[in-house]
Amino acid sequence: MLKFTQDHEWLKVDGDIATVGITQHAATQLGDLVFIELPKVGAKLKKGAAAAVVESVKTASDVYAPLDGEVTEVNQQVVDDPAGLSADPQGKGWLYKLKLDRSAEVADLLDEDAYAKLTA
Amino acid sequence: MSNSHDNTAPILRKTPLHAAHVDLGARMVSFAGYDMPVQYPTGILEEHTWTRNNASLFDISHMGQALVIAHDGRHETAAAALEALVPADILNLAPGQQRYTQLLNATGGIIDDLMVTRPTESAIAAGTLMLVINAARKDIDCAHIAKYLAASSRLEPLPERALLALQGPKSGDVLGALCPESRALLFMQATRAKIASYECYISRSGYTGEDGFEISVAAKDAAGLWQTLLASDAVRPCGLGARDSLRLEAGLCLYGHELDETTSPVEAGLVWSIQKRRRIDGGYLGAERVAKELASAPARVRVGILPAGRPPARDGTEILSENGEQIGIVTSGGYAPTLKRPIAMGYVPPLYAEPTTSVRLRVRGALLDARVVTLPFVPHSYRRSA
Repeated sequence: MLKFTQDHEWLKVDGDIATVGITQHAATQLGDLVFIELPKVGAKLKKGAAAAVVESVKTASDVYAPLDGEVTEVNQQVVDDPAGLSADPQGKGWLYKLKLDRSAEVADLLDEDAYAKLTA
Repeated sequence: MSNSHDNTAPILRKTPLHAAHVDLGARMVSFAGYDMPVQYPTGILEEHTWTRNNASLFDISHMGQALVIAHDGRHETAAAALEALVPADILNLAPGQQRYTQLLNATGGIIDDLMVTRPTESAIAAGTLMLVINAARKDIDCAHIAKYLAASSRLEPLPERALLALQGPKSGDVLGALCPESRALLFMQATRAKIASYECYISRSGYTGEDGFEISVAAKDAAGLWQTLLASDAVRPCGLGARDSLRLEAGLCLYGHELDETTSPVEAGLVWSIQKRRRIDGGYLGAERVAKELASAPARVRVGILPAGRPPARDGTEILSENGEQIGIVTSGGYAPTLKRPIAMGYVPPLYAEPTTSVRLRVRGALLDARVVTLPFVPHSYRRSA
């Protein structure tokens, strides 16, 4: 199940594990990425708090935690090659995996159509 | 996700090349009140690298152009009038020579930095100086100059002119093919010449550290000149994003970052732009502070900073000593595409300004290792000799 936030993150939810990244729209807006900082595995994230940082040549942007949960895995590949994220932000460019505290809250997030309308 | 540098302005001005940028698919952003291309679809990294290896075309028409005109038509008169406002030697500028200088306030702070050209006598009436000033400072500069300029001369803004920059190691060949007169120009020399059919004022200068030209042209001719220059395979359009990363690698100051009304040219490391006669004689607004700082030392100086790790340290980042004491602030910082690592400039007390001095940078709460380095980060490639 693919969900989105108004802050341009996507989540692919499988049971209580959500894979999180930034949307194609966000990646296009940011342009070439040069530095990515991810949360530590085991970190407990609160919805709306800064979870990761993506930096383009020009700016640093926070990526917020979409829901409460614990980080179970991070994508070291995008840290090693930030430019690689831009090529496939909603696939190989995922940032981290989150074990959701309350997976039912996924229902409150935007679906693909609602997000498409938001960025149209 | 949030963009921490979101700029919005209610009404944006457009340069004569606005439609050309939109046609090229540029991403337009607000900059100094203008709707300007921050990048083209190629992206900032590629535009940056292209400029270092080939030639790039920039629209810098947002910058202000103006003339200082002596009523008596004598260079000495215009030079004396402008010298009251800037610390550079304008009097001894040869025809066709350009200088970088600063407008200073009464306390030696920098109101703006600018280029001053004494045109060749065949280019424009004698007793005229051409100025190029920063877009965001136009109104402030013009009010300041109008207030302090001697009655012998007057200021004439040139809002109907566009400004293009052609920058990069292939610039000389590209422009030389269209304008043979440009081949004879050395760094900081200027002439009037035709590029194709367009009447232009051309100076061999720029803001990237590379060989290149800045070309002033009538607004009505700007789009034609833009297309003519872009027709070369060696030339690609380049936006303000890469212009900023290029100037940062070249260690060049950006007004509002390295320079402001509290910062003196001595602090900013611009003493090279104050020629000997002016250092000795003074005679310009702010000269007392400059003389004092030249005799002793300024409170802080501009330095290059090389972070040891990968996180960029942006404008506003705290600089700390190894003991953890805050000693300064980063004024520009980001990723250097040529060096493939972060770089920064900032101000620290002279005690910490020696190259190799270890410092710390506070980035998102973490203290990161860095060291002071000599500027520029990437050597300049100006054409200083034939």
